[in-house]
Amino acid sequence: MTEGNHSPSTDSLWDRLQAFTDARIGLGCTGVSLPTHQLLAFQMAHAQARDAVHWPLNVEALCEQVMAIESPFTIEPPLQLQTQAADRMTYVQRPDLGRVLSSESRQRLHQQTEQPATASDLAIVMVDGLSALAVQTHAPPFLEALLGELEADEHRDWQLAPLTVVQQGRVAIGDDVGELLNARAVLVLIGERPGLSSPDSLGLYLTWGPCRGLTDADRNCVSNVRPAGLRYPEASSRVVHLLSESFRRQLSGVQLKERTDDDVIEHKAGSKNFLVS
Amino acid sequence: MSRTYSYTLGRKAYRFDGLAQLMAKATPGRSGDRLAGVIALTAEERVAAQMALSDVPLKTFLEDLLIPYEDDEITRMIIDGHDPEAFAPISHLTVGDFRNWLLSDQATPDVLASIRPGITPEMAAAVSKVMRNQDLIMVASKCQIQTAFRNTIGLPGHLSTRLQPNHPTDDATGIAASILDGLLYGSGDAVIGINPARDNVPQAMKLMQLMDEVIQKYQIPTQSCVLTHVTNTLEAIEQGAPVDLVFQSIGGTEAINSSFGFNLNTLAEAEDAALSLNRGTAGNNVMYFETGQGSCLSANAHHGLDQQTCEARAYAVARKFNPLLVNTVVGFIGPEYLFDGKEIIRAGLEDHFCGKLLGVPMGCDVCYTNHAEADQDDMDNLLTLLGVAGCTFIMGIPGSDDIMLNYQTTSFHDALYARRALGLRPAPEFERWLTEMGIFTDANGPHLNDLIPEQFARSLGNVPGVTSND
Repeated sequence: MTEGNHSPSTDSLWDRLQAFTDARIGLGCTGVSLPTHQLLAFQMAHAQARDAVHWPLNVEALCEQVMAIESPFTIEPPLQLQTQAADRMTYVQRPDLGRVLSSESRQRLHQQTEQPATASDLAIVMVDGLSALAVQTHAPPFLEALLGELEADEHRDWQLAPLTVVQQGRVAIGDDVGELLNARAVLVLIGERPGLSSPDSLGLYLTWGPCRGLTDADRNCVSNVRPAGLRYPEASSRVVHLLSESFRRQLSGVQLKERTDDDVIEHKAGSKNFLVS
Repeated sequence: MSRTYSYTLGRKAYRFDGLAQLMAKATPGRSGDRLAGVIALTAEERVAAQMALSDVPLKTFLEDLLIPYEDDEITRMIIDGHDPEAFAPISHLTVGDFRNWLLSDQATPDVLASIRPGITPEMAAAVSKVMRNQDLIMVASKCQIQTAFRNTIGLPGHLSTRLQPNHPTDDATGIAASILDGLLYGSGDAVIGINPARDNVPQAMKLMQLMDEVIQKYQIPTQSCVLTHVTNTLEAIEQGAPVDLVFQSIGGTEAINSSFGFNLNTLAEAEDAALSLNRGTAGNNVMYFETGQGSCLSANAHHGLDQQTCEARAYAVARKFNPLLVNTVVGFIGPEYLFDGKEIIRAGLEDHFCGKLLGVPMGCDVCYTNHAEADQDDMDNLLTLLGVAGCTFIMGIPGSDDIMLNYQTTSFHDALYARRALGLRPAPEFERWLTEMGIFTDANGPHLNDLIPEQFARSLGNVPGVTSND
């Protein structure tokens, strides 16, 4: 375990195991402390994650990518919205402001949709959250997978509300948007707080009957959507399953537990608990 | 309700509209109280509030209830469960006197244990607000809370760790790799506890099975826990899963717990169910709770209270159900509640103090997120301070990086640092196991073996792509 005193088999072991996890295993030590190169590698990762928090969403580019999605659904240009958190420092310290649309954005929603808005099944809301990078990178390909599955759904002819993009938003902004769009359910695609190993993790939150004042107990979450985490097709299947159950039972949240035959995540061939097998 | 409190400073009179406001204004500054709009407006107002608060008799907290009895089942539990006999020795004290008494030589570990049922969380929160960090450390270090399941947690001079082998897709090999890494650094005596990537019953059962097999095969004197919703664990127990500890995130108001999807009855049912399995060998503490300042406000369930008072009330919930472990996840919630390293450190020490004073086996997830103004140096400071304060347990994770929850907590290395620098040891049963397994080469200190111990080396032929002669 001492640095510089690894046996070849120990090094080889940790190399192999690192193929199965991004966790910082097998770091070695000097005394009981971290070796210098590991200490500095961590500091660099933290520096990059700090920078990611402040990286702004390129809304125009996101909208273009979304409109380029090939789908049987008609994709209008997403409506661009802002919350009451005017900038990043305010956003970080005032989650309450990130849950409410600015009055301009509210008006904009009113102007650009019929009033009262035609009832729809689902409002999809893209939100920068704490990692704009996640939404920028993963929202379009995830959306493509999701729209494909919704279109193929034999049980329901899905009516989508206009797509929206919200800057400086929290998860609950979906309640505000969903209510204004008169949607029966809302799906929020939001950048999760950046981790050291995953500055680009996308979170998906489903809420039945969106309206202001709902709590986390009213939502269902599918987390860590990115190629190195939960991949787009699997994430999309989970969401469609949750949506179907949500519509069948007219609810979401704690009472709507995830249940499917493939509930347990399947892993790449050969993944097993080697400590006991 | 709505009694007014005041303090006169020279010609200036400060008035506080109710005990909740007085408590909030007396709280050392933090972003969550600013967000809630309950923070003192000036530094002088804060100290004036602390002075007024220090004159409030402890008895007042039994009459002037911060959240009405009719509105909140936790208030009812606190008031109905208050023990007047245990309270008698301190019943004549004010908050300020109480601080003096706690620091005095009269307040020995035994005496502190005897008055616990007479202390309400509001009293604990109030006195903490007029204490400096060193006071919080000093008094906490005198509070001894011992619990047991397959080993003994909380003995003086011991620091335990939760081995937290989280993986973003719950990959079995990935989780096993982190467990092996942690065990080889002497981590995992508090619990091996996984936050599942997917929160459902079958997934939780799969992880329970995985950890149970490891614990059985290597005869590790520790316990496992999957940090899934309490109702999921109840279902898993019904389906025959090997459940050691039942987990739940808890808060200090009925409304927050309701937003988490449970109430006190649910917890009672869960404790009974876990006890019925009779899996503990050293003791019967079967619950694992997590808390953290700011959770009530984040669900708008704080009733106008400051976040630290809400947090202390969560420990009253915890102690009702005889937990093995209670963990304040202090820096996880983010900078809107605890802005920077200074606020996180203060909150960690307050939580540990209040928990210990009320009698819960308090550990701390010494942690921060990437959007907080904090870094590893702040965590080193809090870890060291908590080690001195006699903290029950901390987290252990490979290289401080939780790749599933996306935050930084203490590493396996950090725990070894604290143990070596402060002369602290793992739970005795676990320490014996570490020595027998050849993980620690010296029973008297955490000296690590340079080689993989024999029993683990035999299993490594099972690692995909590794041959046993590799």
